[in-house]
Amino acid sequence: MFKALLARARQGHRTARYPAQPPSLPPLFRGRPVLDPAKCVAGCARCVESCPTGALQVSAAGPELDLGRCIFCGECADVCPADAIDFTQDWRLAASERADLVLTGDGEPRVAALRHELRRLLGRSLRLRQISAGGCNGCEAEVNALGNVVFDASRFGIDFVASPRHADGVLVTGPLTANMKEAALRTYEAVAEPKLVIAAGACAISGGIFRTHPEACDGIADLLPVDLYIPGCPPHPFTMLDGLLRLLGRL
Amino acid sequence: MSGFLSTGNAMPVALSALPVRPLDAFRGEVLSALGDGRRLLLLSGLAQTTVGTQLLAALADDTRGEIGLVSTIVADSYPALTPDWPAAHYFERELYEQWGVRPEGHPWLKPVRFPRGGPAIGEVEFFRVSGAEVHEVAVGPVHAGVIEPGHFRFNCHGERVLHLEISLGYQHRGVEAALRGGPDKRSIHLAETVAGDTSAGHATAYCQLIEALSGTLCSPRAYSLRVVALELERIANHIGDLGALAGDVGFLPAASYCGRLRGDILNLTALLCGSRLGRGWIRPGGVAHEPGAEILHELRRGLAEAERDMRNAVDLLWKSSSLRARFENTGTLTGRAALDLGIVGPPARASGIDRDCRRDFAAALYQGRAPAVAVGDGGDVFARAMQRWREIENAIGLLDRLLGEPGEGDPLAPVETLMPDSIALSLVEGWRGEILHLATTDAAGHLAYYKIVDPSFRNWFALAIAMRGQAISDFPLCNKSFNLSYCGHDL
Repeated sequence: MFKALLARARQGHRTARYPAQPPSLPPLFRGRPVLDPAKCVAGCARCVESCPTGALQVSAAGPELDLGRCIFCGECADVCPADAIDFTQDWRLAASERADLVLTGDGEPRVAALRHELRRLLGRSLRLRQISAGGCNGCEAEVNALGNVVFDASRFGIDFVASPRHADGVLVTGPLTANMKEAALRTYEAVAEPKLVIAAGACAISGGIFRTHPEACDGIADLLPVDLYIPGCPPHPFTMLDGLLRLLGRL
Repeated sequence: MSGFLSTGNAMPVALSALPVRPLDAFRGEVLSALGDGRRLLLLSGLAQTTVGTQLLAALADDTRGEIGLVSTIVADSYPALTPDWPAAHYFERELYEQWGVRPEGHPWLKPVRFPRGGPAIGEVEFFRVSGAEVHEVAVGPVHAGVIEPGHFRFNCHGERVLHLEISLGYQHRGVEAALRGGPDKRSIHLAETVAGDTSAGHATAYCQLIEALSGTLCSPRAYSLRVVALELERIANHIGDLGALAGDVGFLPAASYCGRLRGDILNLTALLCGSRLGRGWIRPGGVAHEPGAEILHELRRGLAEAERDMRNAVDLLWKSSSLRARFENTGTLTGRAALDLGIVGPPARASGIDRDCRRDFAAALYQGRAPAVAVGDGGDVFARAMQRWREIENAIGLLDRLLGEPGEGDPLAPVETLMPDSIALSLVEGWRGEILHLATTDAAGHLAYYKIVDPSFRNWFALAIAMRGQAISDFPLCNKSFNLSYCGHDL
């Protein structure tokens, strides 16, 4: 007992002071990309050719980057001869509308808070059932990190629960493999109305790196009514926390 | 190994040199070499020919760091190796599922991943125990925690588990098929997402294979910087699992400290490359960029700090008698079973099997700097937990040396096209154990066949064996002590 108390003193208080203070992120963190069409070299499409997930397109108006497909590898910024693409430190990437994830210039995705009645219904608590549906377990690892003492999502009333029957909604990760489709849809059905759907990670939003694989569904957007899209591969825990808090109207 | 083509880790050979033996000779040579102490690395289809399917067997001589390759061509069936060599059982199930070749005499050719064109997932006969008071508990594919999907079926008598059936495939997303025809711009990202918690491990296995097939030599510094990511990945996952094990027996102080420390180590990886999982770091030809002396210094400082806190947290574990009472003699995997099943990684070493790719198949990556191999005994949850800690200690020692003297050279060497009509194997000791990637190239130097064996593929069955005779309530503990990958298995 005494040893446990000593260890407690030694390990200290580690919870991040987010959102009162901005999160500390590593210098090389690849967050929200900013595009500068003015710098674009006419006829150049090297970024498009380098993108492994087809997240980039170049039209007459300049480049267009779909955060829902982006895996934040940074290849496009590396090959761009004019530095027209820059991955900033901005961790705030979530959006309520799929279309808002398509960036041109220095746009920012937006999250609309839930309707007032729904927020009242939820009160200060949001219980989610996580559905892992065919990704690489990277998103699940970062969802799990939300529960550790640093991110501590439960201090905002956000918890992941064991049964869909106890949940206010589902948070789906992975491209939704054919083999998981039935189980995932049945889990969603088991959640009582009204219910939320959150697509976390490039796979759940668009199929990610597994897009077009015949073994998977290119994400859940066509199958479930998504209320919140959280881009990333995987999304940083602060990106997830930010999206969830905005959805709840707490930021 | 007579009859075999002898090669090594990341040493390409011409496909024309691969012996194609008559079936009887193939079986005889493989079984005789296995009987002489060689280890079955891989049994797989390799190519469809006009006369049948070419089967490849790869055997390891762990003491000499040699790999023997031999092949044969079969029509639509052949006498299974499993009755003579149990470690072949899972490979033969996979072979039947992927190539339609029936290993005759295999005890049960249950589906491995339920790929398209086969039976629907879950539609399969399970092993059943019958009798008065025997009951079944079915769990999954959706589990209670934030965990990947898989189906477990416990045959129980009261609380006691008589047998556990593990049926996977829910994460099957076609990774191997997508790698064939490459390398292309998606390949490295597919390698990084074979198993997200092993991004550095699988990316290294892929890059080592591409470098072997293209004759690329990385700089000593690039190899060092790869090892840094690999060992950080090992530490992060092991300390995270020690915390999760503590959590599974309700010992919350260690659970929360270790959970935080896992994140601290992931943040050190992010210092190198911006990604907590090590994405974007390991690339064919070396590593993405030169981190600079300041970052390496910062890593060393951060690691020393984390080491102090880890020692403090883990000390609580070993000194808690109630925790030890739950860990000891739970989920024992005997050394004999570990050998017979051909399992790898920390669970094998915790059962007394002295096997580690970093030493046995060092290649350029670990040449001259393989860390000490910790070998435990007992094979229970406690042994596997202690094994994780000893591997953390050894990894920290190695990192401290490497970060002090990372060597010289460019981070990234240019990679030429792949040699045509060749075959190579790449072995990397990931945190879960031996990762195997194998590829053949076609006449144009494209990847014709690509095969991945995650350590979980070898180890899942060991979990079922370790659960025999255990209380069903100890399953989470046993499961976490192995912490196997669903996505790495399902591919």
